[in-house]
Amino acid sequence: VSQIGAFGTVMIGLLGGAIRVSTPYLFVSLGECITDTSGRINLGQEGILILGAMVGYAGSFETGNPWLGVIGAGVAGALLGALYAIACSLPRVNDIAIGIAILIFGTGVAFLVGKPFIQPAAPMLPAIELGWWSGDEAVRAALRVNALFFVGVALTFGLRWGFTGLRWGLVLRTVGDSADAAKALGFSVLGVRFVATVVGAFFSGVGGAFLSLYYPGSWTESLSSGQGLMAVALVIFARWDPLRCLWASLLFGAAGALGPALQSAGFGQVYYLVSAAPYALTLGILIASSSRERRAAGAPRELRAV
Amino acid sequence: MARPFALRLAQIAEASAIPVGALAASAVAFGLIVAALGNDPLEVYRIIYIGAFGSVFSWENTLQRVAPLLLTALCAALPAQLGLAVIGGEGAFVLGGLAGVEASLLAARAPAWLDIAAMLTAGMTAGALIVGAAGFLRAWRGVSETISSLLLNDLAIAVFNQLVEGPLRDSSDLNRASTYPAPQQATIGTMGDTGLHWGLLVGLIACILAWLLIFRTTTGFSMRIAGGNAQAARMVGIPVGRLIVGACAVGGAAAGLAGAIEAAAVYERANTSLIAGYGFSGILISFIARHNPLLIIPAAILFGGIGASGGLIQRRLGLPDAAVTVLQGCTFLIVLMAETFRGRSLRDLILGRERAS
Repeated sequence: VSQIGAFGTVMIGLLGGAIRVSTPYLFVSLGECITDTSGRINLGQEGILILGAMVGYAGSFETGNPWLGVIGAGVAGALLGALYAIACSLPRVNDIAIGIAILIFGTGVAFLVGKPFIQPAAPMLPAIELGWWSGDEAVRAALRVNALFFVGVALTFGLRWGFTGLRWGLVLRTVGDSADAAKALGFSVLGVRFVATVVGAFFSGVGGAFLSLYYPGSWTESLSSGQGLMAVALVIFARWDPLRCLWASLLFGAAGALGPALQSAGFGQVYYLVSAAPYALTLGILIASSSRERRAAGAPRELRAV
Repeated sequence: MARPFALRLAQIAEASAIPVGALAASAVAFGLIVAALGNDPLEVYRIIYIGAFGSVFSWENTLQRVAPLLLTALCAALPAQLGLAVIGGEGAFVLGGLAGVEASLLAARAPAWLDIAAMLTAGMTAGALIVGAAGFLRAWRGVSETISSLLLNDLAIAVFNQLVEGPLRDSSDLNRASTYPAPQQATIGTMGDTGLHWGLLVGLIACILAWLLIFRTTTGFSMRIAGGNAQAARMVGIPVGRLIVGACAVGGAAAGLAGAIEAAAVYERANTSLIAGYGFSGILISFIARHNPLLIIPAAILFGGIGASGGLIQRRLGLPDAAVTVLQGCTFLIVLMAETFRGRSLRDLILGRERAS
C-alpha cells in the first residue's frame, strides 16, 4: 500500500480492473448483441470463449505473433459458432439445450487439445501506457490498457452505426423482429442468422484470446469464470444496444476486479464471496429488468428465451 | 386392432432407432476427433468399455457414479415437464453436501437414525431452496430460469468455498480446506458386501417415484399440460406458477439429496471434491432420456460408465481426462440434433416437409 492509502488502492484497482476485466465481456457481449439482434440467443458463448482462449494461446506460442493468435481464436470461435448455427437451423431442435451442449463440447475440446500448452509461455499482447504522467506505480498499472480494448471500443461505435445506418444492420434487425416480414422481402432468415451467429462467435473467440494472451495471461483450465455466460445476460441488461454493452462491460469489469482489489489492500478474508459479485450483480439486474407481463423493451421480437 | 398395434410398433421402433442411431453417430464423431489427435479410435473405445463395464471393479466404479447422476438428472427432468431448462443441479448438489454434513455434526449426539434423517433433510432443503429460487424468479418476474440457475450455481459454489475455507473449516486438516468429518454413525454404509453405498437404491427409487408423479398423478398431468401450452393451462385453472416453483424445488431437493449422500458416503466430509460436475452431467442425462425418469436409469449408467473410464484413458493412452468431456459434449450435441428426425419419414426429410400433426 503506497501513500494513497487503502481506499485509494481499492479505487485505483477498481478503475484499472474495470478496463482490464471488461474486455472479454465487451467482445462476447458485442458478438451476442449481433446474434441476438438476428433473433437467436447463443448460450454456447462460454464454450466459444474458452476455445478461443486456448487457440489464441496456442497460435501465439506456435507463430510467435500474438495477433495471429487473436485471429486464430476468432476463426476457431466462428467454426464452433457455425456448428451451433447449423444445429439450430434444424427444425424442432431446442436451441437452449444446443447452447449447453456447445458449452460442454467447446470446453472439452479446448482442454483436450490445449493440454500441451499449459506449461510453455506464449508471447503476450502489447499494452498502451496511458499512465506515463504519474509517478505512482499503482496508477501506471491501472492505466496500462491493452490494445484489444480499443479495438472493442471502436467496434462498439461501428456496430451502433451499422445497426441503424447501414443496409446489413437493417436486414439483421428485420430478421430479428419478424422472420415473416424478412421472408416476404426475399431475405433468407436462416442464412442471415447463420452469418450473425458465426460473426458473433468470432468476436467471442477474440474475447477468449484476451483472457489467455493478456489478463490473466496464461492458458489454464480455470481461465474463464463464466464471463461468456454472464455476457449473454449482460446483453439483456444492455437492451441490445452496443454502446450500453460497453458501459455494462465496464461495470461488470469493476465488479470482477473488486475481489483482487480488496485482497491487494489487505481485505482478503471474504475473497470468495466478493469474487462472486459479478454473479450477484447479473442476477440482480436480471430480476430488476424482467417482467412477466411485457417483453423487455428493445428486445428483438423473434428472440424467445429472454 | 391391427392398425393401432402396427402404429405402436412403429412408434417403438422410431423411439429406439433415433437414440441408438444418435449414439452410434456420436461414437463415430468422437472417433474422428481422437484419430485427429493421433490415437487409434478402436483402442479408445476398447479402453472406455473396459474402464466402464469390463470387470466387477469397473462396474462398481460406474455404479458409484450412477447414484448421484440419477438424482441430479431428476433436477433437470422435473422442471423440464413444464418446458423449463434448469441447470442449477451443480449448486444444489454442492450446497446439499455441505448442509448435510453440517446438520449431521449438529445432531451428532442424537440417535443414528435421527442423525442421518437430519443430514438428508438438510441436504434436500438446501437444494430445494436454491433451485426453487430459480423457479420462483421465473414465475414471479419471468426471469430466464436457464440463466438464473447458472448464476445461482456460481453463487452457491462461492458460498461453499467461503464457508469451507473460513468458518466451517477443520483447523486440524492442514492439507486442504475441508469441513470436520461427519460423525461415524451418520456415514452411509455399503449394501451388503457389494462395495456400493445405499445412494444407488435411493436414486433408483427416486426415479420410479418421479415417473409415477409425472405419468400417474393429476399433478403430473397438469405439469405436462402446462409444459405444452402454459396459456391454455392457465385458462383451465391450472396453477402454473405454483407448479413451476414446486417442480424446481423438488428437482433441487433431489440434487441436494445426491450431494448429502455423496458427501456422507464417499468423502465423509464436505470439501471441493464435491465440485465434480455431477450436476452438469445430470442435465445431459435428462435430455438424452427425453426427461423420462425411467429412461434416466440406462442413460445414467451409460454416462457413469464413460465418466468411470476417464482414469483408465488417462493412464493407458495419456489422453487428458477432458477426452471424456468431449465424448459427453459430442453425444449431447448429436442426440439433440437427432430430435429433428422424430416423426418424420425419410421422404419428408428429403422434401423438407414437416409432419402435419
